[in-house]
Amino acid sequence: MTSISLRDDAPTPAAAATAGVLPAAPRAPARSLLRRLLANGGVRIGGVLLAAMLLLAVAAPWLGTIDPNAMDPANSHLPPGARAEFTTLAGDSFDRFFPLGTDSMGRDLWSRTAYGARISLSVGVAVALGSVAFGLVVGMVAGYFRRLDGVIMRVMDGMMAIPGILFAIVLVAVWRPSLLTVILAIVVPETPRVARLVRSVVLSVREEPYVEAAVALDTPTWKLMLRHILPNTVAPLIVQGTFICAAAMLVEAVMSFLGIGLPSEVPTWGNIMSEGRTHFTSHPSTVLLPGLFLALTVLAVNMLGDGLRDALDPKFKARGG
Amino acid sequence: MLHFLLRRGLATAPVLLIVAVIVFLLLRMTPGDPAAAIAGDAASAQDIARIRAQLGLDASIVTQFVHWLGQVLRGDLGYSFFYRMRVTDLIGQRLEPTLSVAAVTVVLTVLIAVPLGVLAASRRGGRLDRFIMGASVLGFSVPVFVAGYVMIWLFSMQLGWLPSQGYQRVGDGVGPWLRHLALPCITLAVMYAALIARVTRAAVSEALTEDYVRTARAKGIAEWRMLLRHALANAAVPIATVIGLSVAGLIGGVVVTETIYAIPGLGQLTVDAVLSRDYPLIQAITLFFSLVYVVVNLLVDLSYLLLDPRIRY
Repeated sequence: MTSISLRDDAPTPAAAATAGVLPAAPRAPARSLLRRLLANGGVRIGGVLLAAMLLLAVAAPWLGTIDPNAMDPANSHLPPGARAEFTTLAGDSFDRFFPLGTDSMGRDLWSRTAYGARISLSVGVAVALGSVAFGLVVGMVAGYFRRLDGVIMRVMDGMMAIPGILFAIVLVAVWRPSLLTVILAIVVPETPRVARLVRSVVLSVREEPYVEAAVALDTPTWKLMLRHILPNTVAPLIVQGTFICAAAMLVEAVMSFLGIGLPSEVPTWGNIMSEGRTHFTSHPSTVLLPGLFLALTVLAVNMLGDGLRDALDPKFKARGG
Repeated sequence: MLHFLLRRGLATAPVLLIVAVIVFLLLRMTPGDPAAAIAGDAASAQDIARIRAQLGLDASIVTQFVHWLGQVLRGDLGYSFFYRMRVTDLIGQRLEPTLSVAAVTVVLTVLIAVPLGVLAASRRGGRLDRFIMGASVLGFSVPVFVAGYVMIWLFSMQLGWLPSQGYQRVGDGVGPWLRHLALPCITLAVMYAALIARVTRAAVSEALTEDYVRTARAKGIAEWRMLLRHALANAAVPIATVIGLSVAGLIGGVVVTETIYAIPGLGQLTVDAVLSRDYPLIQAITLFFSLVYVVVNLLVDLSYLLLDPRIRY
């Protein structure tokens, strides 16, 4: 009985999400969790890096950028740090400093890179949220309703047997690329991994005395799942979600890079690199600079994920494979 | 043993069936008429009607699936629309470069990752451990194609040591073969070594806390001998498991790497198939790679017998 009243004190996931509190560590107050997180050097570096990238994405229009698709073929392949007279196709002419130079069509690489941060980060976050949401539902159902478990998990196994990037590429090829289809195409292969994780948590939690007690007290199933089972999945899901976010940004970039992701005029880091690929030997910076931004962002998210995992549960080892 | 093989093989059957259903449905998910999608933009109404009849699109979806599955089981995966030849022949032609890249990468990865992981575990918490673990986060954060271009820039353009494009058949000499594989395989191995070094470190660290390690130490065993004979031997199963599971990622990596280094393998074939919307080819490649993944993991399960004599099937 005491365990039930204890759990009742634990914040509900919704309240936790809005307050930024992690209910999975009910014994450790949020402040000490934050302190443990900040004690981790990786979290501090990753956090600062990620904050910088978020700022770049949000504030892109005010960071000395121009229209990322404005082109001036006369100014193609300017080296980083060049200054030139830029004439848009509409005929407007202005003097401009190009911190990262221009691409083969004379588009400003700094502007394209800054706007590219928007695509990368929104794909990463959207895929993480989407696959966590779907995987949570599937995993809870499979873990709790044992009769459905066999069927659901076989389907998940089948989906996991198709290599993730390949699956995403094929889905985009079938659906035609747009931001939404790219996001969905990456969500589909990631979902079974989340479902597996959630299912394993549910399977271990359902044997706990407080769940048995709640069942004995005739708690409705939906309430049992929301109140007693769901909160236990939050910590591992936050960690898993972080790694999915990093992986999704990579997959999106790979798809753009291969020319099967978002249309080539959309400024994504993968597209910028793909465009620079043909001129790599003469102008390596067109590929290497956006690549650096991508690598730093993924690194930042991975460092955060590593730190979160250590802080939330040192024993938790799941790494989305 | 035979009993295990049979049981484990049967257990993979439903997984492969699900894969087949997904791959089959992929083609049916194309917006609009699949026959029109297959025929392409320049097709006449007659072409579309012919393809529709060929695919049996008028039958129910279940009938269509059973028919298609029967063909697949007989090894008939259909014809490529773009190359106008059997997709099984196409895949066969492209197999050697991809297998070479994958095999050399796995060998390289194990050679780099396992010693580093053992080293990190033996110096757990120390400066070397933190350095190796930090480098590994960096390793799997750098996208394969970024790493690939950095390698080309450094080893091919600046230093001129290695070729950056193309593939040489192994039959034409092992030397040129390895020289052409060097850059792509190092590129891929950086990422996998990062992942496997972490797992090795975790598994070896755990083994190091066991009683038999303490006993061995008490007997005055040399540290390196203890690490290899006792810790690593007991960590081999989780390491093999991760190598098996990461094959899926390796396949994805190969697709990208082959594009960067212009290697005419299955990866390039995949990209070409997707770009030309060559649906039968896409289906066949997806099926093939999934089968590879399942079989590799079956082999990994079997390798437990060698790696851990306590395991009996």
